[in-house]
Amino acid sequence: MDLMTMIMKMGDGLGKTCAIFFLTLLFSLPLGMIIALLGKCKIKVISSVTRFCISVLRGTPLMLQLIAVTYGPYYLFEVSVSRNKLIPVVVAFSINYAAYFAEIYRSGIESIPQGQYEAAQVLGYSKAQTFMKIILPQVIRVILPSATNEIVTLVKDTSMAFTVSYQEMFTIGKEIANSQTSFVPFIVAGVFYYVFNAIVSFIMSKVEKAMSYYSI
Amino acid sequence: MNILKMSKVQKSFGRNHVLKDISLEVNKGEVVSIIGPSGSGKSTLLRCATLLETMDGGTLSYMGDNVCELKNGKMEYAKNLNKFRKCFGLVFQSFNLFPHWSVVKNVTDAPISVLKRDPEEVKAEAMELLRKMGLEDKAEAYPSQLSGGQKQRVSIVRALAMKPEILFFDEPTSALDPELTGEVLKVIKQLAEESMTMVIVTHEMSFARAVSDRVIFMDGGVIVEQGRPEDLFGDTKEDRTKQFLQHYQNL
Repeated sequence: MDLMTMIMKMGDGLGKTCAIFFLTLLFSLPLGMIIALLGKCKIKVISSVTRFCISVLRGTPLMLQLIAVTYGPYYLFEVSVSRNKLIPVVVAFSINYAAYFAEIYRSGIESIPQGQYEAAQVLGYSKAQTFMKIILPQVIRVILPSATNEIVTLVKDTSMAFTVSYQEMFTIGKEIANSQTSFVPFIVAGVFYYVFNAIVSFIMSKVEKAMSYYSI
Repeated sequence: MNILKMSKVQKSFGRNHVLKDISLEVNKGEVVSIIGPSGSGKSTLLRCATLLETMDGGTLSYMGDNVCELKNGKMEYAKNLNKFRKCFGLVFQSFNLFPHWSVVKNVTDAPISVLKRDPEEVKAEAMELLRKMGLEDKAEAYPSQLSGGQKQRVSIVRALAMKPEILFFDEPTSALDPELTGEVLKVIKQLAEESMTMVIVTHEMSFARAVSDRVIFMDGGVIVEQGRPEDLFGDTKEDRTKQFLQHYQNL
């Protein structure tokens, strides 16, 4: 198999890699905020259960969570494993990343001085208005560098989908490497990820610049 | 007419009894200064009045309406506290401007999105207030681009834009260096001349003396002495007050 064919074949899987990436961001970013807020809930049961879930999601390998979400239903309820593995893969990734994003949001929320809440309260803003108009925009700005870090990791983590044989770019590359006894597909994969992340970093640095129109 | 009436206010943080039986009435147009050593409960009193702290006992009312009442030994606050929040404004020691908003947005957002007033009208009024405070060229600046004195003047404008009946100041110049203190005090004096009702917690004795109709000296969670400034500063009755004021005369 020549290099061009390898690249073409692996390029076919890039769509699925992108699907994991974008769908995971789409679900985990808002879900992470919900988890962060539940973790700060004044009702003790809710906040402790939330914190326990975060610790499990962060304390066990993503690979294990992928396997659990994909094959768990079969072992538990004898539901057949669906042909389209995108759904369980995105579910596992979204939950896992939501836990990490929740911790990033938490650090951001805790960095906002109490005086901001007090000023908003005295001016009569509702709790929802205070959060959406005053706290959240400042939180987003604070957490951008750590969120970028996490997003870059997500690009590389999409390769984990090979554990459940989801036909994304890396899984295809690994199959080619096995059948051709060649190391080249791994080099191609490395270049793909590097370029992908270069684009992500470029976009995030633009966003960071756009958000830094004020300083604290 | 009483704008603010507090009576027999009690407040503890754990075992620390911060306010013991404080009563305070402020009439329309009156300027009241509260002085006293750190930890005397001055700021806590303002925080209770502005609903940032809940009181453990006593009563609080604005324009004759009760904010809270004691029921079976527990303080119960009115459901709609925003009705009362419309009555007062608070200027913080540390400004607490919203750093992600321009000066004009800081001033106009609450009247527009809380009071639901007409944006054009609010903006015109805000520009007028900023002009009065010498800040019109800062309207589009962000708080981080302002000096401390300018920040504090903006936060006074932000409070005024809500058209409060009474304005509270919690040590408005304590975070400022002496050169910037003057410009903030000048603004407060100007408001006093316009008969704005104000309660000012301050360590600026000569300012308190010049601007106030009444001065209150607090220590250990109680009002030790109060009266017209010329009486409290000139003909001090209580030993504790004398002792406190001495520190300022030695300078």
